[in-house]
Amino acid sequence: MNRSQHIFGSGLVFAVGLWVTWVSYTQQPAEAFLFPRLIASVFVVLAGWTFGKAVMGLSKVGTGVTRKMFLNMLPGLIITLIYVFWVAKSLGFYTATTIAFFILLSIYDPAPHSEAKSWIKRVIITAVFVAVMYGLFAMLLNVYTPKEILF
Amino acid sequence: MEFIYYFGDVFTPLSFMLLLGGTIGGLILGATPGLSPTMAVALLIPFTFQLEAAQGLILLGAAYTSTVAGGAVSAILLKIPGAPANIATTLDGHTMAKKGEGARALQLSFLASAVGGIFGVLLLIFLTPVLAQWALAFGPSHLFWLAILGVTVIGTLDSASVVKGLLSGCIGLWLATIGFDDIMGAQRFIFHPALGGGINIIAALIGLFAIPQVLTMFAKGRQTDGAEVIEVQRHSILAAFRELFSRTRALSIGTLTGSIIGLIPGVGGQIAGLVAYDQTKKFSSEKEKFGTGHSEGVIAAESANNAMVGPSLVPLLTLSIPGSPTAAVLLGGLLIHGIFPGSDLFDNHPDVAWTFINSMLIGQVLMCIFGLYVAGLAARVAQVPQSVMAAIVLALSVFGAYSVQGSMGDVYVMACLGIGMFFLERFGFSAAPLVLGLILGPIAEANFIQGGMIADATVGKALYFLTGGLNLLLIAVVLASIAYSVWMELRHRRYTTKEEAQA
Repeated sequence: MNRSQHIFGSGLVFAVGLWVTWVSYTQQPAEAFLFPRLIASVFVVLAGWTFGKAVMGLSKVGTGVTRKMFLNMLPGLIITLIYVFWVAKSLGFYTATTIAFFILLSIYDPAPHSEAKSWIKRVIITAVFVAVMYGLFAMLLNVYTPKEILF
Repeated sequence: MEFIYYFGDVFTPLSFMLLLGGTIGGLILGATPGLSPTMAVALLIPFTFQLEAAQGLILLGAAYTSTVAGGAVSAILLKIPGAPANIATTLDGHTMAKKGEGARALQLSFLASAVGGIFGVLLLIFLTPVLAQWALAFGPSHLFWLAILGVTVIGTLDSASVVKGLLSGCIGLWLATIGFDDIMGAQRFIFHPALGGGINIIAALIGLFAIPQVLTMFAKGRQTDGAEVIEVQRHSILAAFRELFSRTRALSIGTLTGSIIGLIPGVGGQIAGLVAYDQTKKFSSEKEKFGTGHSEGVIAAESANNAMVGPSLVPLLTLSIPGSPTAAVLLGGLLIHGIFPGSDLFDNHPDVAWTFINSMLIGQVLMCIFGLYVAGLAARVAQVPQSVMAAIVLALSVFGAYSVQGSMGDVYVMACLGIGMFFLERFGFSAAPLVLGLILGPIAEANFIQGGMIADATVGKALYFLTGGLNLLLIAVVLASIAYSVWMELRHRRYTTKEEAQA
């Protein structure tokens, strides 16, 4: 893990620590922020220490994110974000899950894309999985999920 | 001997079915690399909402016990530990399988797991009520320090860096303060409407344990693990029984080591397995055979990692302090049913407490019986491509987080915490102390405020929190755990990353 990643990661945590400390010491009523002040004080000291070490190049722990790893993960991360923050609510859970599941399988399944057999397998896996989820959550557990399109 | 009265409750049709389902499901999940026991239990919590407290806990307890044992299947047949607790099993178990002794290794592993597990649960049965009564003497200042102890011990012992471990604990404690303050009703750190009611613990647990695994699987790209399941030949179970009890030294070292390590908060099954393996090797007359497919290695590692399961619940059930991340998830399972651990659990809900503990005892036997039959199937499931596994876990996480309160806000919180935790883990932070902070935060704050009120009316805050035998003992343990971890870090005896520890 390179130094810039250490600086970025610990810098972000330090920034959160500073914000938490500032809010804890400035917001009212003070009694409600007594415990957060205690936590924030330790938080900011430890975060500052970690950030200082990273800046001086003394941070050793952590494997970081390599370029290859990030590029591998990126499509999955984007689909996850779209699925969770947008499609799940707007299309309905089961429709969104069907689409997201199938796309994720298509992207990450090691089976060759050129074979029709692989695509049939992916469609079957997706259909069976969504059916199981529907059976478990809608029928067995009676969880009422947002329903917009289809089901 | 109160526990005997509640044995019958485990055998009601629904309870027994849940125990069986949890055991078999747990064995299969445990064998799947990437699905840790903690994550399996966290994903199962939403399925317990509609169950009674005891039945929900039976399911979670069975899954916890059998995922640890199930991890041995992939460790032996695929050379991929199903969970960190099974790392030591790989050393001799896989070599045995390669020599055509896979069935023998599996039989010994499940039998040793059962013996270790039963001993661990018996320890839980006999220690817990005594400690729960002792816990009655604890006042607010002691409970405050205990909560801090829970976070610091796991933060220092479970993390590669002491400072980053403690910092993770602080982040968890801060996250626990988000929402409306209980006493003044003031808004604290509510920077998004989804956080108005605070962070839901179940959604947070699912996010923190499941989403980083999903992203890790994505990060591997389009690849197969390339691991092949080694075919197993038949082996007499009677011979395995005889062999197990002829290796009493390995069995007893494993069982005792696991039980003792289980009682120490923050030290997980991974350490239990490795320490037991190392100690057994040290005391064995056949030292040179270790690593070449020696049955003592499998027996020691597996008896240890299952023996730690029961004792790891002692601090949780007596003092409300979860000793491990999985225990923290189980605490979440208790809290959603409005049950608080400690003496209240044994005084007001003995049926729940004892039915749960008894089910873990019966679960060990079921795990042993079914483990031997499910092993082949579990190994096949372990070969499921990571793409399928990642998509399944992601969908289960979304549905699970939503089903807690029927709120999209919980799903957003789950996703944000999970994605954030993935990157934090890559930067050397650890999920376990963060989760402990999140769970113990409200306990610490409530006792800090209550203790503060008592202190203001009596001796003052400093004297109330920093004097008295028990307070000083707890502070000393907090400082000792930090000092020990710093010393270990300075001696470079810690692994740089968890991946290195597992490699």
